[in-house]
Amino acid sequence: MEFKFTPENQEKIKDILKKYPTKKAAVMPVLYLGQEQNGWISKEVMIEIASVLEITEEEVFGVVTFYTMFFEKPMGKNHLQVCTNVSCMLRGGYEIYQQVKEKLGIDNMEVTEDQKFSLEEVECMGSCGTAPMMAVNEDYFEDLTAEKVNEIIESLKEKN
Amino acid sequence: MEKIVLPDIKDLHKLDVYKANDGYTAIKKALSQSTDDIIDQVKKSGLRGRGGAAFLAGLKWSFMPKTTDKPKYLCVNGDESEPGSFKDRQIFDFNPHQLIEGTLITCYAIGAKTAYVYIRGEYHKWIKLFQKALDDAYAAGFVGEKMKETFNTDFACEIYVHKGAGAYICGEESALMNSIEGQRGYPRIKPPFPAQNGLWGCPTTINNVETITNVPKIINNGWEWFSKIGEPKHPGTILFGVSGHVNKPGVYELPSGTLLTDIIYKYAGGVPGDKKILCVIPGGSSMPPLIGTEIEGVKMDAESLKAAGSSIGTGGIIVMDEDTELVKVLARISKFYYHESCGQCTPCREGTSWLVRILDRIAKGNGSSHDLDMLINVASNIEGNTICALGEAAAWPVRFMITRFRDYFEERVQKEVTLPVKNKVHSMRETAFPIAPQTQSLSRADFKKD
Repeated sequence: MEFKFTPENQEKIKDILKKYPTKKAAVMPVLYLGQEQNGWISKEVMIEIASVLEITEEEVFGVVTFYTMFFEKPMGKNHLQVCTNVSCMLRGGYEIYQQVKEKLGIDNMEVTEDQKFSLEEVECMGSCGTAPMMAVNEDYFEDLTAEKVNEIIESLKEKN
Repeated sequence: MEKIVLPDIKDLHKLDVYKANDGYTAIKKALSQSTDDIIDQVKKSGLRGRGGAAFLAGLKWSFMPKTTDKPKYLCVNGDESEPGSFKDRQIFDFNPHQLIEGTLITCYAIGAKTAYVYIRGEYHKWIKLFQKALDDAYAAGFVGEKMKETFNTDFACEIYVHKGAGAYICGEESALMNSIEGQRGYPRIKPPFPAQNGLWGCPTTINNVETITNVPKIINNGWEWFSKIGEPKHPGTILFGVSGHVNKPGVYELPSGTLLTDIIYKYAGGVPGDKKILCVIPGGSSMPPLIGTEIEGVKMDAESLKAAGSSIGTGGIIVMDEDTELVKVLARISKFYYHESCGQCTPCREGTSWLVRILDRIAKGNGSSHDLDMLINVASNIEGNTICALGEAAAWPVRFMITRFRDYFEERVQKEVTLPVKNKVHSMRETAFPIAPQTQSLSRADFKKD
């Protein structure tokens, strides 16, 4: 599967490049664009980014594997990220994680069969004061209870 | 008490409201003074970094070379990934323009023409909010080339947002620079320090978001005013993020030197169910924990906490009540540093995994008292033997928690080490690594082979 950036994204890349003195520095924002367009970072996305930014494919691969927010496999339409770090743990983060796991029948970094949901146990998301928390894609859901989690997942199931 | 970083003004995140409250007057004032004057004022104000090390901000700025033919850079550190720390997002949310103004003043003082605000990737919402504020400031001519016209000056500065992608280590200043350069977030060996050799080999200063946000008020109200707030050695207000077992968790802006007990009981509403406090971590999960019965009279500022045997860190206070399972908490903290170790230095990469494995063993009830000594041994061998401070961050919680709660941990391990049959022959001599009974790796099938 060949990957090419859409004309809109090519324009965006031009704008991104203006921010940095080197092309290589744009690799993270451009990876985000690639992930947005393709859903995940495939080998083809990395090859395309390497050629756009005139860096080696290995350099792109090195960056992708270092950062947890670049996905090397397709994730669900709703990517659920449950924090289980200290502050959330003290307020029931693990119970929430367990509940989501059981409700969706998937484990950490797995995707449901219908591709609708995926789950990730994440490190501190900066929601310690509103713990426990869960993020669905880019949105934070805070001060969670078992009922709230049920509601969120049910409404996501209906929506999609 | 006047609040400096997060004043109680409605809609302060909007440009017109910020402008109506003396917004963008400090940068105007600063531009009429020499850069040395600005650095001098910030030095005299005693403003110390809010990102963990509490280093004097003005002194850090003065390390920037005055004459250089290379461009200079400012990095504003909003990576905020320390567990228990959630203060910078309040600034992006409620007072982004003061951060922008502080960034401009800092750039002017150190002679930087470009600033990168590094915000952690998970903060999608806050990146958008900050970008919106930045766009407004650009449109109003407070940032960029238009500055020259607005402020009638020849100084101009660009501010860019760089989005992280989920790596705790990028909060370390040299890893942050590598991340902006488009590399893996590996910390660099120091020296050379960023002021000599930073972003793309150019002189660079890195400051925390909260530190920078203080700057406009220091310029406007004078360094004397600032230096009189809170503790003289660590003046100003600090954003304390209180989390864990408290009734009202949240961010509280209070003068430095506020009593820890006041923060917990007066502001954060005390512990649910009026339970006793077992343990408090005062500055984010990497800082040495304090024993619950010994927090009386402890003041929250860098010097006082140092005397109390901990550190101010990022001001993230994690409270644990008497029913907390400390072993599990410590195992979880260790798991975090194991996950976030970048893998460059062997002591950290290997040591953190050992800490997790031993702590998990203890949490499952299979630990022996030798394990506690081994944990301290492993932690001591990480500490000080790594490029960056993640080594300390991983080692301190383990070393201090076990030392300070030794009795608690002793109760949760087996005193006697009974060796499995297979190793009976060795029981005559001392083993460096005692094998706990019922370890999962040994099954009956293993013995049958013999």
